[in-house]
Amino acid sequence: MSHADDHEGTRRDFLYYATGGAAVVATGAAVWPLVNQMNPSADVQALSSIRVDVADVAVGTQITVKYLGKPVFIRRRTQGEIDAARDVDVASLIDPTAQNPNLDGIEPATDVNRTLPMPGAEGDAAEEWLVMIGVCTHLGCVPIGDGAGDFGGWFCPCHGSHYDTAGRIRKGPAPENLHIPVAEFVDDSTIKLG
Amino acid sequence: MAGIPHDHYEPRTNGERWLNRRLPVVALMYDTLMLPTPRNLNWMWIWGIVLTFCLALQIITGIVLAMHYTPHIDYAFASVEHIMRDVNGGHFLRYLHSNGASLFFVAVYLHIFRGLYYGSYKAPREITWIIGMLIYLCMMGTAFMGYVLPWGQMSFWGATVITGLFGAIPFVGEPIQTWLLGGPAVDNATLNRFFSLHYLLPFVIAALVAVHIWAFHTTGNNNPTGVEVRRTSKTEAEKDTVPFWPYFVMKDLFALAVILVVFFAIVGFMPNYLGHPDNYIEANSLSTPSHIVPEWYFLPFYAILRAFTADVWVVIAASWITGGIIDAKFFGVLAMFGAIAVMALAPWLDTSSVRSGRYRPMFKWWFALLCLDFIILMWAGAMPAEGIYAIISLIAAAYWFVYFLIILPLLGVIEKPLLPPATIEDDFNAHYDAQTGGTHTIVKPAE
Amino acid sequence: MKQMFSKIGVPLAVAACLSAAAFSGTVAQAAGAETHVEDIDFSFEGPFGKFDTLQLQRGLKIYAEVCAACHGLQYVALRTLGDEGGPELPEDQVRAFSSQYEIFDPELDDDRPTTPSDHFPKSSLDNAPDLSLMAKKRAGFHGPYGTGINQLLKGIGGPEYIYTLLTSYEDPPECAPEDFDGYYNTAFAVGGFPDECKDENGNHTVPGSWIAMAQPLYGDDLEFDDGHPSDIQNEAKDVAAFLMWTAEPKLMARKYAGLTGVLFLTVLSVLLYLTNKRLWAPIKGRKRH
Repeated sequence: MSHADDHEGTRRDFLYYATGGAAVVATGAAVWPLVNQMNPSADVQALSSIRVDVADVAVGTQITVKYLGKPVFIRRRTQGEIDAARDVDVASLIDPTAQNPNLDGIEPATDVNRTLPMPGAEGDAAEEWLVMIGVCTHLGCVPIGDGAGDFGGWFCPCHGSHYDTAGRIRKGPAPENLHIPVAEFVDDSTIKLG
Repeated sequence: MAGIPHDHYEPRTNGERWLNRRLPVVALMYDTLMLPTPRNLNWMWIWGIVLTFCLALQIITGIVLAMHYTPHIDYAFASVEHIMRDVNGGHFLRYLHSNGASLFFVAVYLHIFRGLYYGSYKAPREITWIIGMLIYLCMMGTAFMGYVLPWGQMSFWGATVITGLFGAIPFVGEPIQTWLLGGPAVDNATLNRFFSLHYLLPFVIAALVAVHIWAFHTTGNNNPTGVEVRRTSKTEAEKDTVPFWPYFVMKDLFALAVILVVFFAIVGFMPNYLGHPDNYIEANSLSTPSHIVPEWYFLPFYAILRAFTADVWVVIAASWITGGIIDAKFFGVLAMFGAIAVMALAPWLDTSSVRSGRYRPMFKWWFALLCLDFIILMWAGAMPAEGIYAIISLIAAAYWFVYFLIILPLLGVIEKPLLPPATIEDDFNAHYDAQTGGTHTIVKPAE
Repeated sequence: MKQMFSKIGVPLAVAACLSAAAFSGTVAQAAGAETHVEDIDFSFEGPFGKFDTLQLQRGLKIYAEVCAACHGLQYVALRTLGDEGGPELPEDQVRAFSSQYEIFDPELDDDRPTTPSDHFPKSSLDNAPDLSLMAKKRAGFHGPYGTGINQLLKGIGGPEYIYTLLTSYEDPPECAPEDFDGYYNTAFAVGGFPDECKDENGNHTVPGSWIAMAQPLYGDDLEFDDGHPSDIQNEAKDVAAFLMWTAEPKLMARKYAGLTGVLFLTVLSVLLYLTNKRLWAPIKGRKRH
């Protein structure tokens, strides 16, 4: 093969590779929207973060809101409940971890690690609010609240799991403390979930 | 597969032999893609690839749209808005799908008229032609039912009017219409079955396309001269042809890319231009839009449907002969389906000894008139059926039938055709100075 | 290659493409009474068109303070007021705006204030159409002669139609009886029309017709934070632009995607053209002149 042919061949190869490359990019660009359309749509995504007005929640009461298809318990605890929760030896718990995604890493299940502090609150007031996903960690039933069970917290009627006033599993088949959702106070009377 | 002699797939490695003995899928792909294709095909032979692309585009975008659409009269319109507003990229996917239908029909009409001009329907390609007509009918059914799904005013009233055509059939019309609709009027049952059939029919089309391709892979492609590829030996055949891959694949892909530039400009910048504003009004069974207009691709046949009114003498004659069984309404329906039927019968109506219109001096003019006629019908179909428009529609509709039923058979007798070139190679070389006859310089695709 | 493009191919291709473009379904409306619709140079028109954020915010204000009294926007989610390419309200303003309506919540079995994830309410008046898609369900431009060329040049003209309608209220002509139902509007073609204003052939002697909606905008109906003039023309333009956004919230994303597609496919076309030419060169040889 002569030198000129060689040169011609290189140019031809480059053109073919460029065209092939462009065709591959075009195909890729066409495939992505087809995949992406199955991701949660804007209306579904909009529900991944909701605001809950807790101005009307009095001490010793709780509200249940629906968030991501599940119930979320928001309880404003009494001093007695706070004291009872503090008086527990964390090492003796079935699940000694806080199960709280709002903390960095895995923390012990102390009462302060289980609760949601209102900005600026200190001492007892900082442990007043307990926000938990109301789904039993055993098989997914919704526990009964308002001081139910042997430990004055929640009780799951399905298989008899008892949770204490900080939502920690104390007795029964459930393996973990009630999970805490991503949450924060955005002002004194509003909790943002997600 | 019988056909033009060419190289066949030879499995080389043990693995290839193993697979080939069990499932000769590579051989099938090879034979399909390496089909010897007349080397003188012009730019009107690109539409097959464009149509294949359209079918794939419509099926793929359709499947993803179906994931978000709700075929219920209470939710259909809102679910389309959900696609347009909330689904990731949903607005673009829907516009691709709705404008994809228009691209599909632009391509199919050019494909059909290509065939009509170059005599692609003539023996031995009658079956290819008939299958093609079946595909076209399925496309019309699919497009019609797809247009109902957004449940806008045009969806609803289009469905009402078109299913009403079946009601025009004497004696059995009304039961058939009720059966089609699943009730006395267009309602939830109709929407649901239309969604089901709209999803099914494209796969029927895909199967028919496979048969269509199979058929012309047996007869070989027609070409602008209408002269057949020489089949006496592989060497002879190779003088007339090049393999489909890569020569025509690249050519067709180039054409497709250019067409898609225009298509994306329409989808991106004016996606509602070909639609009707009334279809953004939710269906209301108590209020008919002032003008019901089908999508543009149905307009020529819609014009034929409306052209034959009760005061036209053929309608009066038909009514008198059949004792009133064929009234104007039924005559219109017969005319509309007849317009497609006469096109399907073209292989037997065309008596010319020469295949390609390129060598038929009189035919050329009548064919040009047919193209013009088609466009006039399309325009007339969009105008109100009264006054001058009714007369134009009638004349244009009449010419459609005259062309197929009278001109086409007669021309073969009275016309003196020119002499086509002896071979495709001659025609090709008349345009291009192929080096030393060309054939042995072909780059073998396997290399 | 040009010569291979058969003689019939060119006219056929051109004719079919043109006819496909020309006979867009909207042409039939041309048959109705023609009213003059002014072509407005909106910022969102053309391949590079973008919504004017401040204009959408003004339009939103007009909608909320005037139109919303009777009309609804049932397909528009309140959260989208903060979306890119829309009015782009800051998050706290979206929340504040979103809390002003009441909707029935079947889960609570009671009314509650709306949140950003809810939609605007539906029309409160039975005969007031929902405005979500108004800018797409009306065409401002038609013809000429059913060819659709005007729409090709000017766009379909939904926002222009809204603008013209809002600015075309006039005192009723003298021929009309005083107690005739509705309000005289020279741009509204499909409303009631008194027989007294028709000539002996039934033709209308005055343009427009009588519309059920009372004149909503008079100019200076409200003040804008950005100090933009609030004469009736500007108000009508702003609300028309806002309704274009409610009808086509993804307009900018669509144009961007379309433009990307056009540019990329153009490059691909050039590459394929060269590849194809190179591929065929040995077969075609030198072109014969």
